[in-house]
Amino acid sequence: MSSVPSSALPSSSPSSSVLHLAVALDGAGWHPAAWREPVARPRDLLTAGYWTDLVTEAERGLLDFVTIEDALGLQSSHFTEPDGRTDQVRGRLDAVLIAARVAPLTSHIGLLPTVVATHTEPFHISKAIATLDYVSTGRGGVRIQVSARRNEAAHFGRRTVPSFRVEDLESPAVQELTVDLFDEAADYVEAVRRLWDSWEDGAEIRDVATGRFIDREKLHYIDFEGTHFSVKGPSITPRPPQGQPPVGALAHDTVTGAPFRLLGRSADLGFVTPHDTGQARAIVASVRAEQDAAGRAGEPLHLFGDLVVFLDEDPAEAAARKERLDALAGYPYTSDARIFTGTPSQLADLLQEFGEAGLTGFRLRPAVVGHDLPAITRGLVPELQRRGVFRHAYEADTLRGLLGLARPANRYAAASAEPAAAAADAAAGAVTTV
Amino acid sequence: MSEPRKPVKQIHLAAHFPGVNNTTVWSDPQAGSHIEFSSFAHFARTAERAKFDFLFLAEGLRLREQGGQIYDLDVVGRPDTFTILSALAAVTERLGLTGTINSTFNEPYEVARQFASLDHLSDGRAAWNVVTSWDAFTGENFRRGGFLPQEERYSRAKEFLATANELFDSWHGDEIVADPATGTFLSDAKAGAFVHQGQHFDIEGQFNVPGSPQGRPVIFQAGDSEEGREFAAAGADAIFSRYATLKEGQAFYTDVKGRLARHGRTPDQLLILPAATFVLGDTDADAAELAREVRRQQVSGATALKHLEFVWNRDLSGYDPDGPLPDIDPDLGEHTLARGRAQVRMYRDPLATAREWRELAAANKWSIRDLVIETGNRQAFVGSAETVAHTINEFVQADASDGFILVPHITPGGLDVFADTVVPLLQERGVFRTEYEGTTLRDHLGLDRPAARSGSAAHGERAVAS
Repeated sequence: MSSVPSSALPSSSPSSSVLHLAVALDGAGWHPAAWREPVARPRDLLTAGYWTDLVTEAERGLLDFVTIEDALGLQSSHFTEPDGRTDQVRGRLDAVLIAARVAPLTSHIGLLPTVVATHTEPFHISKAIATLDYVSTGRGGVRIQVSARRNEAAHFGRRTVPSFRVEDLESPAVQELTVDLFDEAADYVEAVRRLWDSWEDGAEIRDVATGRFIDREKLHYIDFEGTHFSVKGPSITPRPPQGQPPVGALAHDTVTGAPFRLLGRSADLGFVTPHDTGQARAIVASVRAEQDAAGRAGEPLHLFGDLVVFLDEDPAEAAARKERLDALAGYPYTSDARIFTGTPSQLADLLQEFGEAGLTGFRLRPAVVGHDLPAITRGLVPELQRRGVFRHAYEADTLRGLLGLARPANRYAAASAEPAAAAADAAAGAVTTV
Repeated sequence: MSEPRKPVKQIHLAAHFPGVNNTTVWSDPQAGSHIEFSSFAHFARTAERAKFDFLFLAEGLRLREQGGQIYDLDVVGRPDTFTILSALAAVTERLGLTGTINSTFNEPYEVARQFASLDHLSDGRAAWNVVTSWDAFTGENFRRGGFLPQEERYSRAKEFLATANELFDSWHGDEIVADPATGTFLSDAKAGAFVHQGQHFDIEGQFNVPGSPQGRPVIFQAGDSEEGREFAAAGADAIFSRYATLKEGQAFYTDVKGRLARHGRTPDQLLILPAATFVLGDTDADAAELAREVRRQQVSGATALKHLEFVWNRDLSGYDPDGPLPDIDPDLGEHTLARGRAQVRMYRDPLATAREWRELAAANKWSIRDLVIETGNRQAFVGSAETVAHTINEFVQADASDGFILVPHITPGGLDVFADTVVPLLQERGVFRTEYEGTTLRDHLGLDRPAARSGSAAHGERAVAS
């Protein structure tokens, strides 16, 4: 590794002109008929080899990170309920376990599995993501999601969710539900973050003279009390190598503002879905306002634009590919995100335009992963490199380092840490990424 | 009447990653990290090099406390079990991966998808040690909050496991067609459908992880109570037991294997695998000397006082560990001093234990520390490699167990010497594999794939019910 701790990289340096790039991995790709393409490997979707190949390809393209989709129910083309379809990919593996399985076989790329806050335990997930950070030596993160699906709630039997349709999203009952779910997710992230800090760096002292393995003054109860849960702490897992693995969430502009509020309160990475630069500017302004309202004005919060991409050397071929897949699926594919068909060069133009509107990176959703992921890593990335807006080599060993995020101070150590101790902590942080 | 000669049993061996109690000697210069992945990878690779059946991880969901403070004398902290096991699947090829996962502070749908995912990602090497927990102390870290009446812990565990099995069985293995030509991905829109209505769980829907290589993970059980033994006899594939001495081991083995027929099962369908510590030396005498040293490393003066508090249920920090035992009697109130420890429940009559210990200490001129060392657990196997190989084989052939889950006292290298010296001797005797014969953990343990999924009739029923 480099001798410079990644946390020492100035976050403001050339990165203002540099784009960050991630891919969102989901089954055979984001188009529902992707699995039918000759390049797809639909019988391998549940194997370690498949996921290792995808993440290795993304790492070959020097991408910042991959996200891995997940849900606590079968995939569905319907917004709120199962669809009973048999002509699309159904069934998946736990995303945290996929990320952990791939971690020892990769070396630089960040790994953000999706976690559903609504039905899981912040205590379990905090230690799972901390451990992902250990097994990847500082490349772990998490993408937080809520579930408003009634069928998924029934898989747990602990709460009931009313039945509703996408048209009902703005009804008062559904607004109340979504506000509650997003606010719970913010509580969840707060509990997870406190647990990550519940061990100060250097808490493990192994002091043979006194027989003490830890300095218990450096372990902290988090005493989190929320509407839906409370957590005592401390974590059973020591503070992860990055201190705080990056937390991301996908957020849309809604009447209640709850998703953007979650970004403002809790996230390091916001995934947003503008369809043009005007929308991008408006979204950036809204999220920054939420960030200010949450008292995080000075803190880094990356906003990544999500795009579904069909990439080919000939733009007509990309458009024709989408049409062909739509015909196979039996309906035109639509998405919350803008669907791009075109060449890597055209996509690079678009990303730079969006970049000028305030987005700091992009999470590309490959329409057909076997085709569009290599088109990103071998087509788009060289194009962005030629334009001087993407890295030529990994410049850091941790995900926070790649994102230009400093290793944060521990919230519980702030009061007591002396300068010397803080410096030692920083050094320890650099060492743990070796 | 002479009995037919017993066939020679093959021994099963597993490796328990050193845990968060005083068995683990962290003060030794050779002791490494209990958190960094490199330690786990080293340990797993050693176990796989030695052709062990599986690696085993224990669980603890709240840091232990004593006298209202976090207990700081033993190793503290551990990583997340599923995450470590999945990462270990990347650096091993055949070794089974056993995780201890609580049935109290989890939900069946999530745990089932984690184990099914681990089984996929390891090509059929996942195992689940099902444990229960009831204490409000641990519950303070979880949504459901703090408690489960003690009598309900096995009923929840039983129903949890039954529900998880329904989820594992909800896919029958042939649903994924994935035929691009016809556009059929699933042969059955109801794949994974389940309905479970019970005292603890009332859930329904569709399980979203298709059938894994082993069908179900191998199921371990670790409890020793009457309920625990019945739970194991009814549904476990293996027991992680505590009886590593010949006589106790044989009694436990006979008892538990004797229960199987009542559940329609045969003795080979439930393996008995006690935890066992070991100390190896060039000679038996060297090993005995080393074992004494290790026991002194395991019980410092401070540790001795804390262990005495398990019985006395009082703050004894004012006593000299090198001096005599306390004259005052144990506090017989509810045990509140040591929290997050199952150990304190072993002393059912603290007054009698205290009296017995004072007499022992007086008769042998033992200090507090001497007493704790002498009355504490001895290493199960102490001797030269030859002696230990002989003893292990003797125990297994005499039906004191089907093998052992070895617990080294040094992380992560404590297993290396066993792998290098004892395993070859067992292989020479023809009682331990020289190569893995199968690919899954069920193969290694000689367990069949779980019997007939309920089949199409039951599937139809479920589909109707849902």
